[in-house]
Amino acid sequence: MNAVKFSLIAIAVGLVVMAFATWLHLDYFYFAGYTILQYVVLATAWNILGGYCGYVNFGSAAFFALGAYSSVFMHKFFPVPVPVLMLIGAVVSGIVGLGTGYLTLRLRGSFFAIATLALAVVLQTLIVNWDYVGGSRGAYIIRPETIDIVGFQINYIEYLFVLMLILAVIALTTARTIERSQLGFGFATIRDDELAAEASGVPTLRLKLIATTLSGAFMGMAGAPFPYYIGYLQPASAFSLDYAVNSIAMPLIGGTTSWIGPLVGSILLGSLQQIATVTISSAINLLIVGILLVAFVIIAPNGLVGLVQEHWRKWRRP
Amino acid sequence: MSPLLHVENISKRFGGFVALDGINLEVQPGERLGLIGPNGSGKSTLVNCICGTLHNESGSVSFDGHVVNGLAAHERTHRGMARSFQLPRPFHSMSLADNLRIPLLYTVHARKGQLRSAGDLDARCHELLNMVGLLAKAKQMPRDLTQVEMRKLELARAMAAEPKLLIADEAMAGLSHSEVEDILTLLRRMNDRGITVILIEHIMSAVMSFSQRLAVLVSGKKIADGKPEDVVRHDEVVRAYIGQ
Repeated sequence: MNAVKFSLIAIAVGLVVMAFATWLHLDYFYFAGYTILQYVVLATAWNILGGYCGYVNFGSAAFFALGAYSSVFMHKFFPVPVPVLMLIGAVVSGIVGLGTGYLTLRLRGSFFAIATLALAVVLQTLIVNWDYVGGSRGAYIIRPETIDIVGFQINYIEYLFVLMLILAVIALTTARTIERSQLGFGFATIRDDELAAEASGVPTLRLKLIATTLSGAFMGMAGAPFPYYIGYLQPASAFSLDYAVNSIAMPLIGGTTSWIGPLVGSILLGSLQQIATVTISSAINLLIVGILLVAFVIIAPNGLVGLVQEHWRKWRRP
Repeated sequence: MSPLLHVENISKRFGGFVALDGINLEVQPGERLGLIGPNGSGKSTLVNCICGTLHNESGSVSFDGHVVNGLAAHERTHRGMARSFQLPRPFHSMSLADNLRIPLLYTVHARKGQLRSAGDLDARCHELLNMVGLLAKAKQMPRDLTQVEMRKLELARAMAAEPKLLIADEAMAGLSHSEVEDILTLLRRMNDRGITVILIEHIMSAVMSFSQRLAVLVSGKKIADGKPEDVVRHDEVVRAYIGQ
């Protein structure tokens, strides 16, 4: 199946989800769905660097927040439509991803993870002290009730939901295309053994920079519409630990070696968190992530996808 | 004839430890050179400096008429150097066929500038696996292999890059007598195809039967270089290996 066919199927699935939501006629569905889709994008973006290349990024929140704060900045400086904001978020976070990659990719394992965590702290400090985007007080963005699209009045939350749905389709198509390309093979050699990769002619540094840039850009795109969704953005919520932990936990629970893992992980974990938020409290979200992570490390170290593949292999070759 | 590899006055230190101390070495095209020395004498460091895994502090490495100092390891691979590692380093998440696909995609393609079709790539992977006797295991993972098969996979992967020079770093350590013969036959076959081979080895019978020339490293210095039968009688070599 080529990329075009795949994205068409993904769009069709998205339309079915939309139709279901319209039929349900429930605003909350869009609110919850937006968050889950946002995690689909974050988890897929994280997986491009963490799953394919084996570099664990603990700074997802930084790239996400950069996208969000680019939107806050543009909202005050020169308001543009949300899709354009998403592109701006992609460029800003992509450039920061490239720079971070260049400075930190000589580090391996936990050292790399700590460096990315430090990036989040440094950026948060900068934002807290930058008055123009609200500083530590945060910034309000009053979103309109509806938006006019070719004569149709659409609820703004539905509009944001559709944008995030499109972004999720793009992110998944990109991840799947990479996985089956020369680039994907190169990424896998970096994850397996960098010395052997270089000896086989793989330009590892260049490939890692492509991965950090792409991964950062998608995270920035996921963050760009966030101020419009939430209405009030403050550094503590944009740089929240939830984003960093969820973007790691979702691919790990779903499975890191294929595009489908982050998708499954984010839908599962994202839905569970939404249900918990409504029925119990959002305070237990991180607890859910923690318990599931421990459980999966023990039961299915290769994630749900790995578990299914293993059983499938056993079933076919008894 | 100009040498294929010319190592001139290379030095490398790790902190206060001098690993290589002004090494000079020339290798002619098509030659089979044996490189020996006691443990810790600097053989692998020399290989790493030649291949670009480590960067030498002074001196220079020229390959095929060009100075390659400062080039990254993958760029040297693109120019025609290939190596196998002392401890096999397969890509453990890929099948054997895919392990060989990497140098085909990234080196042969980069050098020739044209992408082979998927069918061509598969055929070439299978041809290489057949050459080392691993065709039946093409779809298996490296973890399913025995030690000797792992060494063969290393050599096949090095060969896949279509190199001019192959550096085999202790490709036979820990193998049985018949397995050593297997690997030697493979290396000779590669040499017959015009590939220059540098063999780093501790098994003297293998080195003696394979090499046309022998170089000896001791404590980061080259103490002898010449015909194998002359070198092993060299006073300093005898002293280094057997002691006084």
